[in-house]
Parts: sequence; C-alpha cells; structure tokens
Amino acid sequence: MNAITDDLASMNRRGVLKGAAWTGLIIAFNVALPQRRAFAAAGSAAEFAPNAFLRIAPDNSVTVISKHVELGQGVYTGLATILAEELGADWSQIKVESAPADTKLYANLAFKMQGTGGSTAIANSWMQLREAGATARAMLIAAAAAEWGVPAGQISVERGVVRHGPSKREASFGALAAHAANVPAPEKVALKNPKDFTLIGTRLARVDVPPKTNGTAQFTIDVAMPGMLVALIKRPPLFGARVASFDAASAKAIPGVVEVLEVPAGVAVVGKSFWAAKQGRDALKIAWDDAKAEKRGSAEILAEYRALAERPGKPARAEGDAGGALKHAAKTVAATFEFPYLAHAPMETLDAVVQLGANGCEIWAGDQFQTIDQMNAAGVAGLKPEDVKINTLFAGGSFGRRANAASDYIVEAVSVAKALGANGVPVKLQWTREDDIQGGRYRPAYVHKLEAALDKSGELVGWRHRIVGQSIMAGTPFEAFMVKDGVDGTSVEGAANLPYAIPNLSVELTTTKTGVPVLWWRVVGSSHTAYAVEAFIDEVAAAAGKDPFAFRQALLSHSPRHKAVLELAAKAAGWGDPLPKGRGRGIAVAVAFGTYVAQVAEVTVADGKVKVDRVVCAVDCGVPVNPDIIAAQMEGGIGFGLGAALYGAITLKDGAVEQSNFDGYQVLRIDAMPKVEVHIVPSAEAPTGVGEPGVAPIGPAVANAVFAATGKRIRVLPFGDLGSA
Amino acid sequence: MMIKTTVNGEARTFDGDPDTPLLWYLRDELGLTGTKFGCGQALCGACTIHLGGTATRACATPISSADGQQITTIEGLSPDGDHPVQIAWRELNVAQCGYCQAGQIMQAASLLKESPKPTDEEIDNGMSGNLCRCGTYPRIRAAIKQAANATAHSGKGGL
Repeated sequence: MNAITDDLASMNRRGVLKGAAWTGLIIAFNVALPQRRAFAAAGSAAEFAPNAFLRIAPDNSVTVISKHVELGQGVYTGLATILAEELGADWSQIKVESAPADTKLYANLAFKMQGTGGSTAIANSWMQLREAGATARAMLIAAAAAEWGVPAGQISVERGVVRHGPSKREASFGALAAHAANVPAPEKVALKNPKDFTLIGTRLARVDVPPKTNGTAQFTIDVAMPGMLVALIKRPPLFGARVASFDAASAKAIPGVVEVLEVPAGVAVVGKSFWAAKQGRDALKIAWDDAKAEKRGSAEILAEYRALAERPGKPARAEGDAGGALKHAAKTVAATFEFPYLAHAPMETLDAVVQLGANGCEIWAGDQFQTIDQMNAAGVAGLKPEDVKINTLFAGGSFGRRANAASDYIVEAVSVAKALGANGVPVKLQWTREDDIQGGRYRPAYVHKLEAALDKSGELVGWRHRIVGQSIMAGTPFEAFMVKDGVDGTSVEGAANLPYAIPNLSVELTTTKTGVPVLWWRVVGSSHTAYAVEAFIDEVAAAAGKDPFAFRQALLSHSPRHKAVLELAAKAAGWGDPLPKGRGRGIAVAVAFGTYVAQVAEVTVADGKVKVDRVVCAVDCGVPVNPDIIAAQMEGGIGFGLGAALYGAITLKDGAVEQSNFDGYQVLRIDAMPKVEVHIVPSAEAPTGVGEPGVAPIGPAVANAVFAATGKRIRVLPFGDLGSA
Repeated sequence: MMIKTTVNGEARTFDGDPDTPLLWYLRDELGLTGTKFGCGQALCGACTIHLGGTATRACATPISSADGQQITTIEGLSPDGDHPVQIAWRELNVAQCGYCQAGQIMQAASLLKESPKPTDEEIDNGMSGNLCRCGTYPRIRAAIKQAANATAHSGKGGL
C-alpha cells in the first residue's frame, strides 16, 4: 500500500492531482490532443488514427474510443455523438470501443487521471472530442484537396461524405483514410457553430442497446478463458475483524475446489467453477479475531450523531450572523433528519478477472477508476503501474461502487492471483449478492439538524444547517485536496451551496469516525443534503404560511437556473391544481455536478403506505447532447432515489449488517415506479452530466407530497411504510 | 444420474452434481452467458429463462428438475434477435447498464405469451420479480405494450 500512496503523493507533488475535482466541475479545456505519434493505435497502416479518440478504417467504419466506462449512463453514445458531429460522420458508420488504461492519453480532465464519476464524462470530454472530430475532418478535407487538386475551402463534409461541389467529386472517409493518415495535423481547427449541429440534440439510438437485448453484451462475469479459475472470498462478519485461524479441510473436500488461501481480505476459495468455489466457501470454517472490529449498531451510531448535531461543527459556509438571527427571530423552525447507510447494489456484483505473471498483470473488469486501479494492482503485484493492463468492459451498474481509492475488488483479485503463485493462470474474483450487501463501502449514515429564523413578515432571515457523519475522503489519498479545514466537500455539497437568498447563513460539519467503510453513492453528498434542505425549506414555507413553490421561487431570484427548472416543473405538473383527498403534490429542486433538476411528485397515501403516482422532472444540463438519454437518466435516477427513500437501509446490530440480499435490502420494483415526464430546458451552456443529478430531488419531493397528503413530516428515512417511520 | 435437456433446440446431457443450479450449468458448462447471476435466491430475476415454456429463475432451479425439459435462454429466444420484445426493447432504448435486461426480456416474452394484451396492472404484476437498479421500468412497460401491439398488428404469433 505504501507504494500506492507514494505514487499518489509523487503525482500530487508534481501537481498532477492538485486541484483535481472529484465531484466538482473544474474542467480544463484546450488540452492538446495526444497525436498519433504518441498513440499506439491498434489496426493496420491504412487506418487513419489522427488522435487517441478515433480510427477510420478503409471499410469506412469510424471507431470512437471511449475513455469512460459504459455502466448504463449512455456514455458510449454521448461521447460518440460529440465526436461524430464535428467529424461530419454518418451515425451508421460509428462504432465505439473502450480505451485501454493509459492516463496520459485518457485522463478525465476533471480528475487529471483516468476514471469515471461525478457525472463528468460528457462535461470533461465536450471540447476534447469536438476538437478530436474537427481535427480529423480537417485532415480528411486536406487529403481530398490534395487528391483532387482543389482548394480545401471548397470542400464540405456531411453525413460521412467528403464533397467538392464545383467538380461534383466526392469520397467516403474510408477511401480517404490512407491518404489522410499522411496529412499533417492542423494546429488549430474551427469547430461547428452549434446551430449547424445535426447529431447533437437528436435522439440517436444507443449504440450499446442491441447487444444488451440478445445476450451478447460482455460483462466481466461473462469472461471465460482456458484454465480460468473462479475465486470467492469469505470476508469478516464484522468490519475490522481479521482471520484468526481457518480449517480448509471441508472446503477442499468439495469436488472442483482447487485451493484455499488466506489473502488480506479474508480467506479465498478457488475453484474450477463458481459453483465449486461457492460450495467450498460455504463449507469453510473460520475463527475470526474481532478485537479491533466495529461492534456498535446503527442505533448507537445515530444516537451519537443526534447528540453531535446539537453542537456547532466546522464551518462549511458562514454569512452574516445565523446565531443572532435565530436568537432574535419572530418565529423559528427546527427539524432533525436521519439518513441510514445505503448499499449501491448494482445488478452485477463486483467481479474482476486477473491474469498475473512474472512480468505483467492483465485485468478485465467494468473498471471505473483505471489509473488508481493500475496503481493499486501494481502495488500488490510488485509491478509498475504501466505494467498493469486493464481491459474495461461494460459494467452491470456501479452507482459509484466500482470507483474506490482502495480498488478493493481489483486488489482482491490480484491478491488471489498472487497467492496462487502469479503463475499466469487467469482468475475470476466473484462477489455474491450477500458479499455485496454486507461488504461495506456504503453511502454514509448522516444526521442533519436545521434551524430557520423568520422575521415578523414571514421572511426567511436566518438558516443554520448542522451536518454530522463520516467523511468519504478521509483516509484516502484524496483527503489531502478534498478535505479543507476539516470539511470534506462531499459531506456538505448540496448544503453549503444552498441557492436560496438568506442573509444569515451557517452550514457546519462534524465529521465522525466509525469502523464502517463508506463511499460515494450516486449523487454523493446530495443524496442526503438535498433531502434535508428541500424537506426543511418546505417546513419553513409552511411556518411562514406560504405556498412551497412560491416560497422557493421568491428566494431564487439570484439563482436563475434553479428558478427556471423549478418553474418549468411546477407548470408542467399543474402545480396548484386540486387533488383528491389522500393525494398530495410536493416539489424539490437541486443542483448537482452543474446540472439543475426540479421534480414535482404526486403521491397517494393509503393505509400508511406511500405510493408515488407521477413525477414531473425538469432538467437543465446545458446543451442536451441526447435528449432521450437525458430523459432515461432522469427516469432511472428517480427510480434509484425513490427506492432509497422508500425502502433503502443498511442497518447494523452489534456491528453486523442485518441485511444480506434483496429480501432484506429492498430496492424499487416496477410496481412502485411512478409515471415520469421529463422536460429539458433548452440551453447553449456547455453540457453537464446527467447520470446522478436526477436522484437528488426525488426523496424530498415525495416527502413534501406526503406532507401535502397527510400533514405528516418525514424526518427519518426510509419512509415507504409510514407506520414505522 | 444422467440429466437430459434440450437447450435452445439442442439436445444436451449432464452427469455432474444434480444440485448444480441451472444458471451455472448454462453459463459455465454451455457458455450461454446471456443469463445473468444477480442474487442466487430467485429474488431479482436476472437469471430468468424459459423452462418448459415458462419463465423460471435459473439460479434457484437445480438442474435435476430440468431433466427431460425444454430450456430457452436469451440466446435462443429468436434465431436472429428479432423477437417482438427484443425489437421493442431496441426501438425504445430500454437498456441502460443492460445486466438485468436478458432476464427482463425473457420475463416479458413469457408474460406476453400468457396475456397477449396485458393491462398496466398485469405488466406490473408480471414484471415485479425482475429488478432493475438503473430504473428502466417506464421503458420496460412501454416496450411490452409496443411488442404486444406489434404482434397484434402483424397477425403473427411470434411470441
């Protein structure tokens, strides 16, 4: 592990990591494109590979190289659309393949290293891929101009055809590829005027859908190689416990079990198939040393957090005098909100295939964090990071789980391969659902206490928001630049950037420590902060005797993009139209990763059960690259966030996780999915991400609708069954 | 015990552990990896196949109980991937991560076989055992309706 930390520290010293924003949007434009000399493109000499992001073959296919993992967010299609637009390609000639792990060529410009997250894929690639496509187009034009002996200025490119109007000559990209490969790359290229876009802004079909309808899409779990072994690891039942001793005899007696090995994560059972390894693991006998394990339950942890929420924290934002405003208020409102730990529970459980030999390590995974994973794998294997080759496959969901600073599942797979003798035999590490639900790296549990001050006329004049919970960044190499003055930006995002105009404001953070490993979970801090803020502002509006929509609207005059989505959602939802008894309508708005989302939820509450009938969603994500994918991400984000709000909870008793599969850890099923309408704000701003932001407002929108229907405020999540909330 | 099955039209025999879940037989023995592992306890539907023509969770079905039966996986649902459900899935861009989608498609095809014109409630009931963490549910509903309409209008069974 030291090697990894040292590598990161050295990167940090060199300024590689400095200023990298994990969940913010610091985007460096005008980064020079890696040119073809530096890029070992696969393929024949007749191919035209002007930069690291595309290849044009003599067969006229255009292969776009995605530096981001496709984990459902539609990134293959979105990235290809941007490049194809500037290239002037016909959509039918586009193919997409995954980039190799190579941080020099494929760094996420928001992270300064290769990885996917923080809804940055489209945002950081926007100018890079426009320039990549435009450069290739310019070189195709130059090649045609030379072949035809005509001025380049008279040549146009449209739908994959390079054309010289005056002489009526035309050629396909494929026909020009060999020639274009020998044209010098231009130093500067002109980008299209957005009014001339023909692909961006249209509902192009996703390139990854066809293989996902016939069983041919390849995920990590589908990788098969001659002689490949399958490993399952028995991990400690308590976080922080260790193996004291184990008896491998009964596991080894299972036919097909090849080895039983202690590895840092626990005890690995390696078999010829999943089923052999699984039976072997079930038969394994392990004594655990739990001296250093976390033994508290959720109840004890949350009780401690509630007490801490009564005390000041470290300032995340301070304006005016919130304490004074509360003291002298005509009326005060206060509420405490509680959020449980949450598992990501992607449909594909964690898995990785590793082939480790003396001189190199090759990995196949739905890899979300290539640069970090290369470093961590190299640290375990005793190799250099560049000797670790990563093949990034489709990931069967992630929601943040496959990106973590410890590269847990990658490191486990490499450690098993190493324990087997680093003999070149491929090993697939497979997690079961029980491993996934009980394996930690959860969205942290939080307690929020909010207080508001109203003056005599009902104006909101003071706001104090105290947040208590674990830091995601603490203890990782990112702590150095993501935790400032004791405040982890990911703990307070969505709260510290409160958009409402309030003169006296204090947002405070108390960071706790537990033995429960935590991680970012779709929409990160806003998965709890947006709920606390938007449920509480509703309470404040009610205390002020104002309509919740109008109250927000009046406080957003300096936040025009928030205000616009709020108004669009309210209008489309028919805000103010009467609803029958037992039904209610609630609204919420949030910004996450630069994308603004407002949602209006309509609910029915019957027999204490909350049923969400309809959600109207308005989103402003800058230039809408693909409106259909934006809509899909809003629909999906609503489903994901709603499942968490209604049912999601990982609870601990005496340190042990009480849930183990989808019976105990419930997620949204189709019969609880509301009808969803998505409205996209037209925009010329640079595009921002849509994978996560749709999750943020749904919980509070539904909670506020439940209040409208029942008069009951919901301050403890989850709340699908109001009888127990 | 020699277990005989027909998988996607091909006769197969298996003489290993009869308790092996059908899922792992299909994936590890036959290389039919379109059928996915999601929970191992018939709670999520990612492993849905057709056993004797009915949607079945392969992860919790021992291969012994498939003896003498017809098994269809996503790879065998239609010869060229053009089952009405698959077509509708593509036309409506249903999939996101895609991992649960083979199971969803197999469940939907089975549902339409039983109720060719399902109501909203029948769709929700029929599909509620198939989890999708990406939240593709609205499009699953729409695609099932579209497939039902396409089948009705083509005059062909196809399901």
